[in-house]
Amino acid sequence: MYAQMVKTDSSKVRDLSEMTDEERAFQERIDRGEKIEPTDWMPDGYRKTLIRQIGQHAHSEIVGQLPEGNWITRAPTLERKAILLAKVQDEAGHGLYLYCAAETLGVSRDELIELLHAGKMKYSSIFNYPTLTWADIGAVGWLVDGAAIMNQVPLQRTSFGPYSRAMVRICKEESFHQRQGFDIMMKMANGNSAQRHMAQDALNRFWYPSLMMFGPSDKESVHSAQSMAWKIKINTNDELRQKFVDQTVPQAEYLGLTVPDENLEWNEDKGGYDFSEPDWTEFFEVLKGNGPCNRERMEARVKAWDDGAWVRDGLMAHAEKRHASRTAAE
Amino acid sequence: MKKEWPLWEVFIRGQHGLNHRHVGSLHAPDAELALKNARDVYTRRREGVSIWVVPSTQITASDPGSKDSLFEPSKDKIYRHPSFYDIPEDVGKM
Repeated sequence: MYAQMVKTDSSKVRDLSEMTDEERAFQERIDRGEKIEPTDWMPDGYRKTLIRQIGQHAHSEIVGQLPEGNWITRAPTLERKAILLAKVQDEAGHGLYLYCAAETLGVSRDELIELLHAGKMKYSSIFNYPTLTWADIGAVGWLVDGAAIMNQVPLQRTSFGPYSRAMVRICKEESFHQRQGFDIMMKMANGNSAQRHMAQDALNRFWYPSLMMFGPSDKESVHSAQSMAWKIKINTNDELRQKFVDQTVPQAEYLGLTVPDENLEWNEDKGGYDFSEPDWTEFFEVLKGNGPCNRERMEARVKAWDDGAWVRDGLMAHAEKRHASRTAAE
Repeated sequence: MKKEWPLWEVFIRGQHGLNHRHVGSLHAPDAELALKNARDVYTRRREGVSIWVVPSTQITASDPGSKDSLFEPSKDKIYRHPSFYDIPEDVGKM
């Protein structure tokens, strides 16, 4: 999940009788499964929450390019390099679709980027972990994109039209990401003992951070309840995490790798695995900015933004000048 | 002199000779770069054979608030649909 712990500005979910006429009509449209479009009336909280959520999602796509971009020049073959390049380019595209969706709510892309750089918006905790070996690139595609798909597939049905359409587009492209990751893992897991060891090590390091992507248990969270009433969140964090574990464990078995969890066990009654929770203290530390790579990631983003300023300004100045001379000639 | 690149709406004709269809928007300093960016952002998997870009400010949209009155005239004219007419089976396909 690329959006974690998104706040909604409400302290409890109100029922229809407590709402104003406008709010009630809005909630009823959502309950009927209608899409809300940017020019339709919407409660302030809905707009603000969506800006936070879509913005965080967009930032995650963009920052998510960094751990993988790290390996483009180090990919083991030309083919792997071309594939990784295409994947990282997709992430940039996904970020752009999402910024555009957020912009329909009355915030500009530059504003969102500046909020991120000022530390006032977040991106997914997962991208604050380093990619130390080539097997990590496999693990990122397999686990991180796998977890993202788990969250994004239901979000295609989200109530806000532009967000839903961006999700449809993203989901179409995301499956390639997970499969190329699993393909790398298969190669490594079936390789020599050093390669197998790297594959296992990558799984060991990425397993719990991947489980954290879904966020802490939200059974009690008022934000989740409100987001679910607004259909900008479709499943609870725990539902998605369970689904992810149930899907991923057999894949790890296929690879001959061991999920780093002593408590992992099939539970016949619930038809799913029992598994250990990740270390939530670590999760909150990473969110606060104290993960292994938080500083490096933000520095890289700010540097790219600052270094690119003269290009953005120069192209704009050029366009304005040409427009002015054309107008003068008319 | 900080200035955000303007927003463009992107329309793409798919492979199958259909109409250009709105696919999303993007930022670009001018039309030429808007086309190039649209190619990179919206056609990475051969989704199109032709692209239109239009400055978002140039789009005139109908008012969502007057949706009901705007589309009202077509609501009660069911005789515009072929299924309104009962043609006897003996006549054959029509």
